[in-house]
Amino acid sequence: MTEATIPVTAIGTTGVSRFAGILKSLRRSPAGFIGFVLVALLVLISAIGPFFTPDVAPNVKEILLPAGTPGHLLGTDNEGKDVLIQMISGGRTVIFVGFVAAAISTTIAIVLGSLAAYLGGWVDSVVVTLADVFLTVPQIVLLAVLGAFFKLDSPVLLALLVGGLSWPVLTRAVRAQVFSLKEREFVEAARLLDLGTPRVVFVEILPNMASFILMNFMIGVTNAIYQLVGLYLLGLAPLTGSNWGIMLNRAWIAGAIFNDNSLAWILSPIVAIILLLLGLVMMTRSLEEILNPRLRDR
Amino acid sequence: MTATETAPQDRVDGSTPLMTLAAVSQVFDTKAGPIRAVDKIDLSVNPGEVLCLVGESGSGKTTAARMAAGLARPTDGKVEFAGNDIWSMNRHDFGSFRRSVQYVHQDPYASLNPTRTIQQTITAPLLKHGVVKGNKAAADKAAELLTKVDLTPPENYLPKFPHQLSGGQRQRVAVARALTLDPKLIIADESTSMLDVSIRISVLAMLGRLRDDLGVGFLFITHDLAIAKYFGWHGKTAVMYLGRIVEFGPTPKIINAPTHPYTRALIDAIPEPDPDLTKTKGRQSLRSLEIPSLAHLPSGCSFHPRCPLFEDGLCDGEVPELVEIRSGQSAACHVVARDGAGEVRPDEPVA
Repeated sequence: MTEATIPVTAIGTTGVSRFAGILKSLRRSPAGFIGFVLVALLVLISAIGPFFTPDVAPNVKEILLPAGTPGHLLGTDNEGKDVLIQMISGGRTVIFVGFVAAAISTTIAIVLGSLAAYLGGWVDSVVVTLADVFLTVPQIVLLAVLGAFFKLDSPVLLALLVGGLSWPVLTRAVRAQVFSLKEREFVEAARLLDLGTPRVVFVEILPNMASFILMNFMIGVTNAIYQLVGLYLLGLAPLTGSNWGIMLNRAWIAGAIFNDNSLAWILSPIVAIILLLLGLVMMTRSLEEILNPRLRDR
Repeated sequence: MTATETAPQDRVDGSTPLMTLAAVSQVFDTKAGPIRAVDKIDLSVNPGEVLCLVGESGSGKTTAARMAAGLARPTDGKVEFAGNDIWSMNRHDFGSFRRSVQYVHQDPYASLNPTRTIQQTITAPLLKHGVVKGNKAAADKAAELLTKVDLTPPENYLPKFPHQLSGGQRQRVAVARALTLDPKLIIADESTSMLDVSIRISVLAMLGRLRDDLGVGFLFITHDLAIAKYFGWHGKTAVMYLGRIVEFGPTPKIINAPTHPYTRALIDAIPEPDPDLTKTKGRQSLRSLEIPSLAHLPSGCSFHPRCPLFEDGLCDGEVPELVEIRSGQSAACHVVARDGAGEVRPDEPVA
């Protein structure tokens, strides 16, 4: 943006250059770029892969084939179902629940944390007390109890549960950040211009902590995925359908670790989860550059 | 002006001061005990007038300014805008007071949001308060404001982020932002002190033009008497020391014929460009160079431990009142109030 020829109101132009800028920033950090590619690949495979793979059916003639068997690249499980196909179709729920749960908890944390810090007074007391109460509840135990009483078979319900329980830590972090940001002079200037509380908080203050929030969102995704997989591994959620968590549970129950042929069966979901989480964590490196205008155009 | 803004400032005329601080105090409670940052000061600014507030660090200038802007609530006394106490206003009137009084901060690196472009920063208040309708009109108005503060051509600056501008350019943007809502009073808190000397004079000249062209009142805060002299020559100056006003009067009189020993010391401290003049310049010597702590103010006149006119028993007893010494010029000093200001110092003529 150097010349006067760029029309001030041409939103389209700036939108395109913004997008190009994001791509440029992504490429700058190799680790961040690898992370981005990893996550994009896994999301893409999980999202559209199932449309191109045949349905898996139990097949008693092909039980526990080892990896590398022609036609079954990663072997088969104890029911004779192809592991690779299960892998491809098993990411959807995990990724969906991870992102939706993180989106829920991050949204709650941003709204409650920033309003508590900015408004102070009784709003702050209520939010902090509420966060403390939620923090003292052991999440996995609560989920276990809930799993015993309710049928946690809908991904949306799972996401709501995981997200609704994991907001307190980020809420307190956001609150602490807003406490320091709200004393900054540009916030004071916005108040003097009578821009209104919602605007001051969500337009003036929050963008200054965008990279902080996004990184915490990514951490939220990883935590939610861990919780979900843990829930399945412990058998606390119904084992209907197929996803990485359920694969892991079934392989574990079937004693797959004791059989050389079924090594790929139990390792595949683990590797998929590790690659996804690794990708997410590495990706956050580039996000800082994208969201900070100081770093963006250097 | 928008239709939403009515009440207080419409009543502004020549007779009502725009902004009045009446016996305003600000006491901060700290672990070391209460700190009287500002102690019962009276100030008023008339529409279109310049009032300079001069004093060293810790004299309470900024605290006074923040109370005038409604950013801090005084612990005692009243802040009035167009005759109305701002802290007993209803929401609507307080909003219009907010928009009529704008503040230009000292540090142009901290006063602009680093994540917003200049256009976003300037158009936000315009759109929020309906000064203009639509993005196109807002962009045009923003360009007009940037031209007013000498950032030309404005198209070069609108899409930029603050970090792409220099300190002087940022301070101009901050002034343009302060002008968005057609304020009646601009509080400039050391607005030029962080700028390079060469930039400072052009920013001051720009502010002076706004003062003359737009008829905006200024509460101009500075630690530098030379800047007060340059900017506020046709206005008034109040000299603050440890939270109190020690001398008040028209700027030319304060600069050329100060009566309070503290003001005199400040003027004497200005170095002369001619070394011979500096050597021969009549200079009163302070008894101490140490500034007392605000937590433990000296009894009586807080300047007495340093004052060359100190008289035992007189100065350390009562706090001196601000009394008129010459026409329009008042000082808070027991000795000067009793003996008069003496003859005008021969080296500088009275303006």
